[in-house]
Amino acid sequence: MTDYRRAVAFWVAVGATGFLLVPWYSLQDSVFAAGWISHFGDKEAAPALLQATRHGHPWLMPLGFLVALGAALTAPLPRTFRSNALIAVGGAGFVWFFVQGFAIGPTGWYFDSLAAALPPLSGGQYGMGLGAALVVTCFGMLFALGLAGRGYFKGDAFVAGSVVTVATLVAVFTFFPVFRILISAIEDNNGAFALAALPGRLFTEKVWGVGCIVGTTRCGVAWNTLVLALLCAACCTGLGLAFALIATRTDFRHKKLLRILTVLPIITPPFVIGLGLILIFGRSGLVNQLLEWTFGFQPGRWIYGLQGVLLAQVFAFTPIAFLVLIGVVEGVSPSMEEAAQTLRANRWRVFADISLPLMKPGLANAFLISFIESIADFGNPILLGGNYGVLSTEIFFSVVGAQLDQGRAATLGILLLLFALAAFFAQRKLLGRKVYTSLAGKGDSGLPTRLPDTVRRICFGIAVPWAVLTLVIYAMALVGGFVETWGRDYTLTLKHYTKAFSVEYGAHGLIWAGAAWNSFWTTFRLAAIAAPLTAALGILSAYLLTRQKFAGQGAFEFGTMLSFAIPGTVIGVSYILAFNVPPIEVTGTGIVLIICFIFRNMPVGVRAGMAAMTQIDKSLDEASITLGARGFTTLRRVILPLLKPAIVAALVYSFVRAVTTVSAVIFLVSAEYEMATTYIINRVVNGDYGVAIAYCSVLIVLMLAAIWLIQRLVGERKLGRRAAGVPGIGVLGRNAA
Amino acid sequence: MKAASIEFRNVRKLYGDVAAVDGVSFTIAARSLVTLLGPSGCGKTTILRMIAGLELPTTGTIRIGDADVTNVSASERDVSMVFQSYALFPHMNVLDNVSYGLTVSGQPKAEAHKKAQATLATVGLTGLDLRLPSELSGGQQQRVAVARALVLEPSVLLFDEPLSNLDARLRRQMREEIRDLQQRLGLTVVYVTHDQAEALAVSDRIIVMDKAVIAQEGAPRELYAQPKDAFVAGFMGEANRVPGTLARRDATVGDVAIGPLTMALYHRDLADGPIEVAIRPEAITLQSVGTTPLAGTVRKAAYLGSTMEYTVDTAVGPLFVIDGGVDRPLAVGAGVAVAFAPHGVIAIPPRPPAA
Repeated sequence: MTDYRRAVAFWVAVGATGFLLVPWYSLQDSVFAAGWISHFGDKEAAPALLQATRHGHPWLMPLGFLVALGAALTAPLPRTFRSNALIAVGGAGFVWFFVQGFAIGPTGWYFDSLAAALPPLSGGQYGMGLGAALVVTCFGMLFALGLAGRGYFKGDAFVAGSVVTVATLVAVFTFFPVFRILISAIEDNNGAFALAALPGRLFTEKVWGVGCIVGTTRCGVAWNTLVLALLCAACCTGLGLAFALIATRTDFRHKKLLRILTVLPIITPPFVIGLGLILIFGRSGLVNQLLEWTFGFQPGRWIYGLQGVLLAQVFAFTPIAFLVLIGVVEGVSPSMEEAAQTLRANRWRVFADISLPLMKPGLANAFLISFIESIADFGNPILLGGNYGVLSTEIFFSVVGAQLDQGRAATLGILLLLFALAAFFAQRKLLGRKVYTSLAGKGDSGLPTRLPDTVRRICFGIAVPWAVLTLVIYAMALVGGFVETWGRDYTLTLKHYTKAFSVEYGAHGLIWAGAAWNSFWTTFRLAAIAAPLTAALGILSAYLLTRQKFAGQGAFEFGTMLSFAIPGTVIGVSYILAFNVPPIEVTGTGIVLIICFIFRNMPVGVRAGMAAMTQIDKSLDEASITLGARGFTTLRRVILPLLKPAIVAALVYSFVRAVTTVSAVIFLVSAEYEMATTYIINRVVNGDYGVAIAYCSVLIVLMLAAIWLIQRLVGERKLGRRAAGVPGIGVLGRNAA
Repeated sequence: MKAASIEFRNVRKLYGDVAAVDGVSFTIAARSLVTLLGPSGCGKTTILRMIAGLELPTTGTIRIGDADVTNVSASERDVSMVFQSYALFPHMNVLDNVSYGLTVSGQPKAEAHKKAQATLATVGLTGLDLRLPSELSGGQQQRVAVARALVLEPSVLLFDEPLSNLDARLRRQMREEIRDLQQRLGLTVVYVTHDQAEALAVSDRIIVMDKAVIAQEGAPRELYAQPKDAFVAGFMGEANRVPGTLARRDATVGDVAIGPLTMALYHRDLADGPIEVAIRPEAITLQSVGTTPLAGTVRKAAYLGSTMEYTVDTAVGPLFVIDGGVDRPLAVGAGVAVAFAPHGVIAIPPRPPAA
């Protein structure tokens, strides 16, 4: 029990530090810059105790009392009494912390109803800072320790603390922003309640109009989004299936190439394909020039619009569909096909009656995943959409454009969220049902049946040209960075690279003179901070979900996975709405970007971790626990070493996604924290394709280097004489179920 | 070793609304080997996991030695467990596996390794210290698992179906070794199995579980010879169940009519009237026609090398018979007279009318 009391004492000390010594509110400079120490106790930088006694924030005082009560509980006390008291103290502190944070804003009471009912306050408060974070952590952990002491979570304090931590973080950084966007859809732009505005915003001609069918006006963005997503999902699923069949059911010799093709889009910044398409089909692209040169007419800007976005999206998302489908096609047991053959079915009948029906759930899954990717996509529509507006771009223009209509952005965001969630739930339902692919643990010998000739020809007929075109687009995107001006002057040059990445040697050493360095370093620094945190949180959640049993586990899993279904633009808008005002005021900082990366990419870590952990026999943990190791030691010494491949996958994925993401960050970047992708998009908007392409190429190369480095750092796991390969990239399928 | 007793008092474990263990009480004496025996899903493994602390009971108390451990987590209990799958850490070699428990409790590595080597010697496994578990045979893995549990000198050692992954020959050898180790070191061992022969062979006492409650508890001989009911009779070896009629003679013995036969049996406080009789297959002898009033016809005959197995149709129903007379096999269709040896015939309560 002494360990237990030591843990209580430790967290009380953390809380006391937060309350007595560290600035309670967030500072202009980073709290780690330590500039605040010189004016410790000023209104700005005072810790909570001084804020409460001297600077007119008395509502902070109860938090101090509760921390003191926690300190009293380190005394030797009966187990049950202490546990109950810890639950009470931790819970009360936790609740009061958030109540005061949300109820009291910069100018006093935050809600009119409160202001009317209660006496006016002596002052207001801004966003909370490090001191507040320490204190709330203390309360959360005391609460968790109390629960563990009562025998919840099998009495394991580490597990209890982790559940409380992850649940709180998910609540604050996923549920709260979503809640906030829902609220703002029924507020006018001044924050007043305006439920009446909702139908007006939701059911306008601009959203649901069907004018394009009769040909006079444009159709609504909702229809545009759906049409695009359905077409994209259908094409991706078909192409993905063709590739998957080729990879598994033919004697095609370059199967490795197909695998590489699936990795490409993961490390591709979102504009590479769009830019490649522009260079080929754009106004001054190769095809147009060829047509003009041979036939003398100018096809113009035909690539911009539905067809262009669709083309780009199908290029971008087919590999994801392929990744899902290859697992499904491989999962169809050869013995079933062989059984059908022995029952006198010919190859075509085997394919049509057995293989294809068995793949149905997988096909539906691939379709839904492509659908979700399409409606969430921002980079391609903004690059190639032209007048064809979709929800994600409309949301962006509502916020940054001349309109500056947050309510409209929120409403469209909700609509987009509904589409995405509908697909997300459909997908979960589909996978939750017993999927009847037949992969048993037993060795299933037998050879997959060869495809019928017609099907084989169709597959090759579609897939080969498509693969060639993909390679051409990537080649264009790379070459484009080395020519003067595409379409006019094809002289080879390095000027785009120098413009972006030149380094000069001046009087004070190296000068990063290139225009892109600022965004470049910011991107890599933030991604490097976010990746380990994302992986840690994801793997921890996976551990809690697969290895522990507790009440509310279903809700817990839903919470950790939810952010995956939320389109980036919606996250962006909701983060602006939620974190631009106290109590959590972090927009414009690097922190908000890191938080955004963590909670957007965490689901992949969760999935990779869960998939890996379900393959590790639970009795390994139990053996460790019965040998006297607590939850944390077990995780560190038994589970993590066995999870190395999943850790690599989670790290690589979160790093790469943090570098390549655009949809959410475009709302969250500031002059100080500009990201690579937002820099690129600005170059594209200015028509400066050369620099944009050069930058993309550099990013691809650097991400490959980062992936290699991560694999080296984490290392391989050794389980036997045959070293297990690290399928780092293989597990990366974004949604691969 | 500081072997401790175990006490369960009214322990219930609910999963949702389903009781996996429903109000179970028992005491296991220190330095004894007790087997939890029962079909899958009877709650025996849940009891074992509650002793280990891997599950905490919904209600009731658990004591190990003098301490109430009801809400104490597994890592704080002085209990080790050998898992069905052995649960050896695949990324650690034999020595690291065995010394794991010592190093997590803060012992220096060198000391832990020395102790681990001594324990490995106890279980008869030397010279494989640096192998990974995947490079060991099943029996060797089993020994590592036992050594890993033993090295902490636990007050209670638990075995969860430890032999189920071994082939039949090795199984007998390992079960003898476990029993030997337990006797030599004076350990308190709780052993879960669904194999009654294994349970009979190793146990001081056996707790038979059925549907989340204890069906019967006792010494091996007691359970085999005097099963309380049809379930225990059927689970502790094969048993033919036939209808009979009881007429008490005195406080302990009664006359039981089985078809045309009448035998004097312990009535075990059953009421007069219809009962059931459990007859061990090896307690039935097949004789030449006319020697007993119960006639029968051989319907099936199987030669098993050391014994013959017959199914014989009689007036009280078909009887399964194990007969040592391999030299004089009976042919299918042969007529026989059936006799019962009293030591293998047990009066048990009749089936409830609904069933």
